[in-house]
Amino acid sequence: MTTPDQPLLAIRGLQKSFVTPDGSRRCIVNVPEFSLAAGAQCALAGESGSGKTTFLHLIAGILRADTGTIQLNGEEISNYNESRRDRFRARNIGYIFQTFNLLQGYTCLENVLLGMSFGSGTDSDFARHLLERVGLADRLHHRPGQLSTGQQQRVAVARALANRPRLVLADEPTGNLDRRNSQLALALIRETCRENGAALLIVSHDEAVLADFPDRQDFHRLNRGQGVEAAV
Amino acid sequence: MNISVIVRRSLRQHALSTAVTALSVALAGGLLLTVWVVREQSQAAFTGVNGGFDAVLGARGSKLQLVLNSIFHLEASPGNVEWRDFEEIRNNPDVELAVPLAVGDNYHGWRIVGTLPDLFTNHEYAPGRSFALAPGGRWFDPLRREAVIGSFAAQKLNLKVGDTFHPFHGLIFDEHREHAETYVVVGLLKPSNTPADRVLWIPLEGLQRMSGHDASAATEVSAVLVKLNAGSPMAGFQLDNLYNKQGTRLTFAWPIGRVIAELFGKINWFDRVLTLVAWLVALVATGSILASIYNSMNERRRELAILRALGARRSTVFSVIVLEAAAIAGLGAIISFGVYALLMNGVAVIIRAQTGVMLEPFAFNAVMLWEPAVFIALGALAGVVPAVKAYRTDVAQNLTPHS
Repeated sequence: MTTPDQPLLAIRGLQKSFVTPDGSRRCIVNVPEFSLAAGAQCALAGESGSGKTTFLHLIAGILRADTGTIQLNGEEISNYNESRRDRFRARNIGYIFQTFNLLQGYTCLENVLLGMSFGSGTDSDFARHLLERVGLADRLHHRPGQLSTGQQQRVAVARALANRPRLVLADEPTGNLDRRNSQLALALIRETCRENGAALLIVSHDEAVLADFPDRQDFHRLNRGQGVEAAV
Repeated sequence: MNISVIVRRSLRQHALSTAVTALSVALAGGLLLTVWVVREQSQAAFTGVNGGFDAVLGARGSKLQLVLNSIFHLEASPGNVEWRDFEEIRNNPDVELAVPLAVGDNYHGWRIVGTLPDLFTNHEYAPGRSFALAPGGRWFDPLRREAVIGSFAAQKLNLKVGDTFHPFHGLIFDEHREHAETYVVVGLLKPSNTPADRVLWIPLEGLQRMSGHDASAATEVSAVLVKLNAGSPMAGFQLDNLYNKQGTRLTFAWPIGRVIAELFGKINWFDRVLTLVAWLVALVATGSILASIYNSMNERRRELAILRALGARRSTVFSVIVLEAAAIAGLGAIISFGVYALLMNGVAVIIRAQTGVMLEPFAFNAVMLWEPAVFIALGALAGVVPAVKAYRTDVAQNLTPHS
């Protein structure tokens, strides 16, 4: 657990490189320092290919850093093996993807329950509550294919909060939405994170999104790596 | 929501390939069950069928031919036995009952056998079971041209009490070889589920003296069915020694079950080939599970990556795929009992029509327990290859859709 003077997320000397097709190594992420307080909401601005997604994947434990430390909620997770990182991610981190990444064979309720099943365990009442909160009370048993893109993103938001995470990572969450839905989705993400006590780290290149965040950082300044473009 | 729900959803999402693959497993399983049960039941049924007799006395020759001819009413008689030989064994103190049989005629291909009423009235064809007549019938009078028809033959020939027929000479039906004698059906046997159901029974003397038969046939029989005294345990050995070792004219086929068991021993290779084919079909079906799931892995990479991103471990997605393969095999194994029921009923009808031996498709056999277990294990094994592919799925690379 974090102490009052300790940030929820603390990153130091984080580096990740990939081998390019010509055999050379290319450093994608090189973030000397980054922190996020518990319950805070921060936006990272950066163009496509700047390494933002890789950065989020490293925080989520989907990728393992070459060097550096990631402390989340008082736990040093960069040294965890993959299985432990998976378990930690399921219980502590919610992830909202640009492409929603809902499972098509499952209903809205099941998508949220599935998110719970790898974490703190399924809680049908809470799953329903989350879906009602995002305005999908009458769509619990619809499949993603039966929903609009805005509605699908709302299911993804509910799923990200399903395990009562301390941190929600949102990767271009409005990238597939029109202007109006984009604003609604963003407001919803921020509100629900706040209501559930989760910190929010959002990456985007959309100025309309970024303008909404007082705590906004430029990922180009944060990252001394070369970005992901043409590297992976 | 647990792993079984994920497996069920996945199977439902790929319903068509699941159904087709499960069906191929079902066919393989049904075939394996049928081969196995037919093999075991037919061996048990054939070696167990002895008509309530211990031995057959016949002309010098093959014991197997003798038993097939007189017990199963198959094959030709190896020759004749003189009437005095019949009387001699009938009067042997170690013999409880001796019943002569005469063969050589048919009615539209169905065998006519001449015998004495003792076979029906003074004998149990199985412990506690005697031949019985369907209502409205009676046993034939040994001095008249009367017949009692086995249940299966009566059904196939559509014969009933009061009908008449002319026997045909020989064991194979030839419409030009009709005998002049007319026989009246006086009784129909109740089903005994033995080869006797396939026979038209007439008095021994009637067949011996049928017009056109060799005059010597009147003093000969084709074989003698012998039931030994239960109180003479050595009788079989003594008679075996008397007829087979000391004598040269006759053959004493004893015990009947062992003679048939020797037949199964001789055709053991055929049995093994059939079993091998059934196992090969099972392996092909298992391969179809592997191919079906493996081919779907490309389209499922993103789904697996999403599961992993949600916190599913590599071992979890590995288990999902293995369980999915096992579930398809399990589903196939369940359906295989339906396939088995269809195949086995067909086979049982054919075997009954050809031999009179009745198989029991729904009798328990251990294969019914281990066949599903083996198929599920094979299915799970087949799932390992695609599961390894799932295990290796790169989460970061597959989270975004590939066009």
